[in-house]
Amino acid sequence: MQRRDFLNTLGAVTAASATGAGLVLPLGRNAWAATGAASSDKAGRKKLVVVMLRGAVDGLNVVAPVGDANYLRLRPTIGLALPGTEGGALDLDGYFGLHPALASLQPLWRENKLAFVHASGSPDATRSHFDAQDYLESATPGRKNTPDGWMNRLVAALPGSPAPTRLLGIGPVMPRILSGSAAAVNLPNGAAAARADVLDKPAVGAAFDQLYADHPRFGRAYLDGRAAHRDVVRALDERAMLAADRGAPLPNGFPIDAARLATLMRKDPRIQLAFVALGGWDTHASQGAATGQLANRLAPLGQGLAVLAERLGPLFDDTVVLVMSEFGRTARENGNGGTDHGHGNVMWVLGGNVGGGKVYGEWEGVGDDALNEGRDLPVTTDFRLVLAQIAERHLILNNKQLEQVFPAMPQRTASFRLIRV
Amino acid sequence: MIRPIPYAAVFPRFSLMLALVLIMVAAPCARAVPLEPQQQAVHVLNRLAFGPRPGDVERVAEVGVQRWIDEQLHPEAIALPPALAARLQRLDSVNRSAGASLAEFLELRKEAKDEGEEAKQRRRQRQALIEREAAEARLLRAIDSPRQLEEVMVDFWYNHFNVFAGKGIDRALVASYERDAIRPHALGRFRDLLGATARHPAMLFYLDNAVSRAGGVNENYARELMELHTLGGDGGYTQKDVSELARMLTGWTFDQRRLAASGETFRFDAKRHDRGAKTWLGQTIEADGQREGERALDVLALHPTTARHVSRRLAQYFVSDDPPAALVERMTAAWRAGGGDIRTVLRTLFASPEFMSAEALGAKFKTPYQFVVSAARAGAVQVANVAPLTGAMNQLGMPLYGCQTPDGYKNTQDAWLNPDALTRRIAFASSLAGGRLALDAAPVAPVPDTTPPGSDRMVPAPRPAPVPAAAPKPAPMPPLDPAQLQATLAGSISGRTLGITRQHPENLRAAMLLGSPDFMQR
Repeated sequence: MQRRDFLNTLGAVTAASATGAGLVLPLGRNAWAATGAASSDKAGRKKLVVVMLRGAVDGLNVVAPVGDANYLRLRPTIGLALPGTEGGALDLDGYFGLHPALASLQPLWRENKLAFVHASGSPDATRSHFDAQDYLESATPGRKNTPDGWMNRLVAALPGSPAPTRLLGIGPVMPRILSGSAAAVNLPNGAAAARADVLDKPAVGAAFDQLYADHPRFGRAYLDGRAAHRDVVRALDERAMLAADRGAPLPNGFPIDAARLATLMRKDPRIQLAFVALGGWDTHASQGAATGQLANRLAPLGQGLAVLAERLGPLFDDTVVLVMSEFGRTARENGNGGTDHGHGNVMWVLGGNVGGGKVYGEWEGVGDDALNEGRDLPVTTDFRLVLAQIAERHLILNNKQLEQVFPAMPQRTASFRLIRV
Repeated sequence: MIRPIPYAAVFPRFSLMLALVLIMVAAPCARAVPLEPQQQAVHVLNRLAFGPRPGDVERVAEVGVQRWIDEQLHPEAIALPPALAARLQRLDSVNRSAGASLAEFLELRKEAKDEGEEAKQRRRQRQALIEREAAEARLLRAIDSPRQLEEVMVDFWYNHFNVFAGKGIDRALVASYERDAIRPHALGRFRDLLGATARHPAMLFYLDNAVSRAGGVNENYARELMELHTLGGDGGYTQKDVSELARMLTGWTFDQRRLAASGETFRFDAKRHDRGAKTWLGQTIEADGQREGERALDVLALHPTTARHVSRRLAQYFVSDDPPAALVERMTAAWRAGGGDIRTVLRTLFASPEFMSAEALGAKFKTPYQFVVSAARAGAVQVANVAPLTGAMNQLGMPLYGCQTPDGYKNTQDAWLNPDALTRRIAFASSLAGGRLALDAAPVAPVPDTTPPGSDRMVPAPRPAPVPAAAPKPAPMPPLDPAQLQATLAGSISGRTLGITRQHPENLRAAMLLGSPDFMQR
C-alpha cells in the first residue's frame, strides 16, 4: 500500500520508470561516468547532501511571501521589502521572494536547479529545539526511542558494497542523524581533516592496531577511523584544493567546508551521503531584515551551496542537496525584533536533476485564519514525504527499503514531483 | 631501559579479578556484582574524580573508600594546595565581578566601533585573554584540586544549566556565572542552584528572558527551564504552560548599564511584568510580581517529575548511559525526602549497589573533557599553559564554554564515540606522552581572530594557535615515564593491554597506555 503512495508522489506520468530497472539515464554532461549504466551502478552514483540548520531558521524570511499583504503587517520591522526596492527580496515567482543575502543562489534558481517546499515540517507539534531536531534526525516524529538516524538507515538500505566513507559527516561531533549500526565517518571542520596523523607512522600505527584489534567496544570505530583517514588524505591533496580556489581563498566556515566536501565527493566515488550542520539560527531578538544577524548567517550558507554546486561539476547532476531545519518561526515578529519558535518551515532542494525554479507545497497564505494556532505556518507537507521522494526517485530505493528507512510513514501523497527523471 | 613493573606484582589478585569482572560484564546478569576494595578505589577515582593521579589509588584505599567519598561530599573542608590557590588568585579576569567584566567588554566594544582596526585588535586580544583565563581556572582546578567531586559537579551542572560563551556579552559573563551561580551550589540545594542560574545575567541574556516583557513575551527561557532544567521533555506540560510561565517571568531582567556601572546583576522590572492572571500547570496564578517567578521555581524544584528527571541525569553521568530505573527511583525518593538537597541524592547514588558494581566499572565512555583532564592527571604534568589542552578539546568537538545549545554537552557514548574521535584521542595521547605539548610555555598573546567583524561564526571556528611562529620555541617537556604511568593507572588498564604494550618499544608505551581502549572509558 505504501508503495502505491510513493508511486503516487510521481504523478501519473512516469510511474513505471520509477523503479529504475533497466533504465539508462540521459547522461548529458555526465559522459565521463557513462560506462556500465546498469541500474545498480546508476543508483550507486547518486549522492545526497543534507545541510541541517540547527536552531530553526526563519523560513518566512528565507522564502518570503512578499506577495501577501499580511506579510509586512505581521513583520513591520523585520519583513523584507518588495522586489525591486532597496534591500528588497529577490523575486522568485511573482509572489515569493528570496532573501537578498542568498543572491548567490539566484543562478541555480534560474537554471531550474533549486526548488523549495514551503509550509513543510514535522507533524509533531513540539516547539522544543531538541525534540524537533531529534525527530528530524530520526525521521520518527513523536517517537524518542528510535535508536538510529535516518541517514544511517538510508546508507544501510542503499544497494552496493559498504565502505566507511560512504556516509560522511562534517562537524565537531557525530550527529544523531548519522548514528546507528552502519559505519559512518565524521570529519572535523576546516583543514584539519586532511592532515597526516601520528598513526601514519608505521611503528605507532602497528602498536595501536594491535591494541584495538577485535576490541569488542571500540575495535570497529578504530578501524573505520583508520580507513577513513587514509581515504580522506588521498582525496584531499592540497594542491588540488589550491587550484580549485583559483588564488581566491574562501572565507572560513561553511564555504570552505562545502568546497572540501565537493573535492572529497569527486575524488572518492564511494561517498554517497554527506551531512553538515550549521548553528546560530535561533533569532529570538534583533534578527534584522535585508541586513543584520540572519542575513549574516544566510550569506555564507548561500555562498557555500553555490560553491558546492559549482565544484561538484558534472557530479551535481547526480546529487541532491537538501537544506532543512527543525521547525519554522512565528509569523509575527516579537517585541524584540526577532521571532519565536514556530511550526512549518521551508525546505530547500538543489541538484542538477531537481525540478527547480518552483516553490512547492500547499500554501495557504499568512492571513490570520491560515496560521497554525494563530502564530505560525501550518505543516502542509510532512518532511518525510520530501525525504522519501528523494530516496525513492533519486537514490532508487524500493518499497521494502523505503519502509526500513522511514518506518510508519503516513498514508499520504505529495502533490508534487521534486526529482526529474 | 626501565622494565615496567610486572602488573601482577602490584596487585597480585587483580588480573584474576579483572578477568572475572569481564566475564560478568559480558554475561547478561541482572544482580549488581559488588566490587573488591581495590576496584572500588579505582572506580570512585574515575567517577567522583577525573581519574587517578600518581599515588591516588593507594591513598584512597588507605583512607578507605567510604571515608574518601564522605570527604569529597564536603569540599568546603578540603583545603586547596597553596600553589593552586595562589595561581587562581592571579587570574584577574576570573576573579573580577560580573559588572567589572561587562564594563570592560562594553568599553572595548565601544572603542572598537570608534577607532577601527587597532581597537578591534585590542578587543579581540582582551577577549581571548578573558576566555583563556576562564579556561585556565577551570582546567587547573579539574586537574589539581583535591576537591575533585566539586569539580565533577561543576562539569555536570554547567552542562545542565548550559550558557554558551559565544553569544554576545556572555563572553564576559560566563566566568562569573560559573563562579557565582554554579560552583557555590554544586553540592547544595537544587532550589538555590535553580534560583542562582535563573537570576544570573549570563542566563538572562543567553535564553533571552532579559528582553521578555508584557506584550513582547519571549518563551525561550521558560521553555528550557521546564524542559531541560527541571521537569524534562516528557514532563507532562503543554505549550500553554510554557507561554504562561514565560508571562510569569516577564520583568526578570538586568540592565547592562547598571550591571557595568554598579554591579547590579539582576532586577525585577515591574513595568515589564505581565500583570494579567495566568493558569500554569493547572493552577490559577494571582498577579504577584516577582513572587510569581519565585513560586514557579519553588514548585519546579520540588516537583516529583523534576526529582526524577534530574536524578536520572545524575545517574546517567555517574553510573551508566541507561541507568537502572530502580536506582533512579531511590534517588528520586531521596530528593523528595531531602527537599532537593543535592548532597543527599548523591549520597544515595554513591551508596547504591548499582553504582558500586562490576556492571558500572568502566561502563562510561569519557567525554573529551574527561579524557583530556584525566590524561593530564595521570601524567602528573605541570601545566603552565592550558592552550594545548583547550585546543585538544576544540579538536575533539567539545570546546570549553562552547556548547551552543542550552542542553549542554552530552556524556553518553552515543554522543562521543566515532572513528574520528578515537584517532584524535590517540594523537593527543601520543603528544602528551611524548612531551610534545607546549604545556610549560608561558602563555602567549593569541593570534588575532580572523572572523570578519559583525559576523558570528556559523561553525565553531578553530581557536588561535597556542604558540605563534614568532614566539621562542619552548624547551621540550620530558616524555612521560611508562612505568610510573602504569603504576598510576593500575586497575584501570586490562592485562591484555599491558601485555600488548610490553611487546612494543619503551618510547611508545606511555602513549599506548593513554591511547588504549581502557583509558577511553571510566
